[in-house]
Amino acid sequence: MLSAPRSFCCLGIRTYRLRTDLLSRSIKSSASGTMAFRRKNARRTEGLDSNVWVEFTKVAADPSIVNLGQGLPDICPPSYVKEELANAAAVDRLNQYTRGFGHPSLVKALSQVYERVCGRKIDPLTDILVTVGGYGSLFSAIQALVEEGDEVIMIEPFYDCYEPMVKMAGGKPVFIPLRNKNGGSSASSADWVLDPAELASKFNSKTKAIILNTPHNPIGKVFTREELQVIADLCIKHDTLCISDEVYEWLVYKGNKHIKIATLPGMWERTITIGSAGKTYSVTGWKLGWSIGPQNLIKHLQVIHQNTLYTCSTPLQEALAQAFWIDYKRMDDPDCYFHSLPRELESKRDRMAQLLREVGLKPVIPEGGYFMIVDVSMLNVDLSDVDKNQPYDYKFVRWMISSKKLSAIPLSAFCGPETKGQFEKYIRFCFIKKDSTLDAAEVILKNWKKQTA
Amino acid sequence: LPLGKAPSSFFLSSQAKMSRPVQAQRLEGVDKNLWVEYVKLAATYAKVNLGQGFPDFPPPDFLKEAFTRVVRGEDHTVHQYTRAFGHPPLVKMLAQLYGKLLGQDLDPMSNVMVTVGAYQALFCCIQAFVDKGDEVVIIEPFFDCYEPMVRMAGGTPVFIPLRPKAPKDGKLMSSADWQLDPAELASKFSERTKALVLNSPNNPLGKVYSRAELELIADLCMKHDALCISDEVYEWLIYDGRENVRIATLPGMWDRTVTIGSAGKTFNVTGWKVGWTVGPNQLLQHVRTMHQNSVYHCATPTQEVVAQGFQRELEHYGKPDSYFIQLPRELQQKRDQLIQSLVAVGMKPVVPEGTYFLVADISEFKSEVPDVPNSDKPYDSRFANWMLKNKGLAAIPLSTFYCEAHKNNYSNFIRFCFAKEDATLKAAEDILQKWKLEKAGP
Repeated sequence: MLSAPRSFCCLGIRTYRLRTDLLSRSIKSSASGTMAFRRKNARRTEGLDSNVWVEFTKVAADPSIVNLGQGLPDICPPSYVKEELANAAAVDRLNQYTRGFGHPSLVKALSQVYERVCGRKIDPLTDILVTVGGYGSLFSAIQALVEEGDEVIMIEPFYDCYEPMVKMAGGKPVFIPLRNKNGGSSASSADWVLDPAELASKFNSKTKAIILNTPHNPIGKVFTREELQVIADLCIKHDTLCISDEVYEWLVYKGNKHIKIATLPGMWERTITIGSAGKTYSVTGWKLGWSIGPQNLIKHLQVIHQNTLYTCSTPLQEALAQAFWIDYKRMDDPDCYFHSLPRELESKRDRMAQLLREVGLKPVIPEGGYFMIVDVSMLNVDLSDVDKNQPYDYKFVRWMISSKKLSAIPLSAFCGPETKGQFEKYIRFCFIKKDSTLDAAEVILKNWKKQTA
Repeated sequence: LPLGKAPSSFFLSSQAKMSRPVQAQRLEGVDKNLWVEYVKLAATYAKVNLGQGFPDFPPPDFLKEAFTRVVRGEDHTVHQYTRAFGHPPLVKMLAQLYGKLLGQDLDPMSNVMVTVGAYQALFCCIQAFVDKGDEVVIIEPFFDCYEPMVRMAGGTPVFIPLRPKAPKDGKLMSSADWQLDPAELASKFSERTKALVLNSPNNPLGKVYSRAELELIADLCMKHDALCISDEVYEWLIYDGRENVRIATLPGMWDRTVTIGSAGKTFNVTGWKVGWTVGPNQLLQHVRTMHQNSVYHCATPTQEVVAQGFQRELEHYGKPDSYFIQLPRELQQKRDQLIQSLVAVGMKPVVPEGTYFLVADISEFKSEVPDVPNSDKPYDSRFANWMLKNKGLAAIPLSTFYCEAHKNNYSNFIRFCFAKEDATLKAAEDILQKWKLEKAGP
């Protein structure tokens, strides 16, 4: 072996010699019977390796496909948000570790914004945890509060990670579907409701938590105060926690109001409310989120956090804090991004709905969020000879991607095993897309209409 | 009272719920964290902070410039989700670099996974493989998160100390003098041993394991079919021209090692929280499962900039202006400067072969902080607290890096971080000099 006092300089030669040396050694050692690692991976990972995104995000890489699938904005984030990140990066200290549970200026800004929204005092140090996206908050909350023997209620369709996260924590998911109260076809996300008696029957002494998502992904439902009260009553009666995924909280359209279940009487002390920078500021790639709740619950999420990744990115947190200050100061102003973004998205929502109607489809108009579901069974695309084991919506989306160059997400990905049949005629479109993307979708949909005419 | 339910059953079920703690059992015993306390104290009292391990000098210019370019650039997809297991430009660079370093043909998609700092890489590896009933060998002193992470996964940590050998007459102890006893190490392995966590270069001692020492560990891993989780975050911070041997390059070890790295330590950007795992697909597939069910995606902008940083480094590899050469050269000078300051005042530093930490024996200063028998705090912890409050100098007690049962075994050492600007090191020197004069008396 080349002995190199300066191991870098002769890397090329040394690597070559290292390789031949390794090769001869490995021939010797395989002769002597060294074997690969044969022990098992941990039980908690079993059965949780696949998910819908693995297949459908690959699509994003193909530029010939109009991607309305994954919830990925292709609109530009506000320029001041990017500027604040550039500013933060220029400060040396802001490139080093910050406070583990959340960068001080960010938790301060979050406490101010949410005090305003919730109408109660929020302590930035004890009532808030900053996490790696809303996803990280869900993980921290579930790991902190759910274990073997616990049941966790989730409302179908649900953001797909809820189920594997609960299972990984040893908990048992209990499903309850939103049902179209009108039977036939649905025009609005408001048509989709929970049956109160059915919901009550899901609660028992083992119920540790219910996961709520409002505004709802994928349907876009914005739960009303009355609907939240039904859930709250059951939580209080059964001493159950509520994990409230409110990442789309600002994306609420005219005639609707986002209500935080934590503000209902008796709920603050048992609710973890989750938010997301990615959805608030159209920067999904920043992966910053937060959990807000009472100290006696947040402290357990903080313990999980300190044993999983300890701190989140400093420059991103600082930039986010500065962006929040800018918008906090103008929270009553229509120019505040919290209000201007939903206005922008509402017209995209309406355009998307119009395009889908022109193909003869009946989209379910969402009250919030940036997704829209649509029943595609009326197009009567016969896929019965394709893989019989796959739900119809998976087959439809794959067919649509290859023959129409348009992508969406199959809704049965968001359901428990019993309900897949109910939702397999629906697919989900994302409309937080720039005009040129929607123009391209329009071309595809208009041609589609011509072909079916 | 609820309708339709007998009063007693309602009462019983809610009693049962209330008597159980709200938090999951996995939090038991892992809730304490000494750093939360240290950071608070240092913020209040420290005039000079050589405690927590982060540099107080800037990241390299080429990286800062890249960050600004990326953030303000035309391509705003950099602010949206990227590939969950690692931003393609970054995993490609990592596969190229580690392919060279580990002597393997690496597929960026299956042999590399990006994480939120090396911390999250450790979490994913331990969670991916450690189950209730599994034992994990941890070498003391250890980066303190290994123990709670193993416990939270239901595993049992099995500790083995590095034992200091007395240095040759008149010489300072080196981190190389802290060694494993081979028979003792062998005794720690059993049929329940799932993994060993290796940290080389080692935090806090700065030890860089020799090939012979790694072979000792490798032989036991192979004999007992144990995994090696190799925390190599300080891989570039090696001094005195020493060779850095990576355990994954030893025969039989590629298939049972996950190697962990960190952009924070490589490029002086601890706040970016970009780390990675490198290993065979057969192991990484389970690490990926953990990742996709915990954080899923890592932040895009910082991954893009780190990729550009690696591209620059690969172009400059082996050349004098390579950051991988410049940084350890600069840090070696700082190491030597701090060593001099400590020796001059009567502290006995252990010369580190790597990392930006060193530990120093503070026995000479015991008169300042007398030993208190049966104290609940180890001596070094009381000493470090006293030094912080009375001298304004922050350092970390070595007992922080030992399990509860062993905290008093090596309690005459404190750890200093020397990744500091010259002015900071000079200020530390001034404090120490003043202290020495005060001790000498009138």
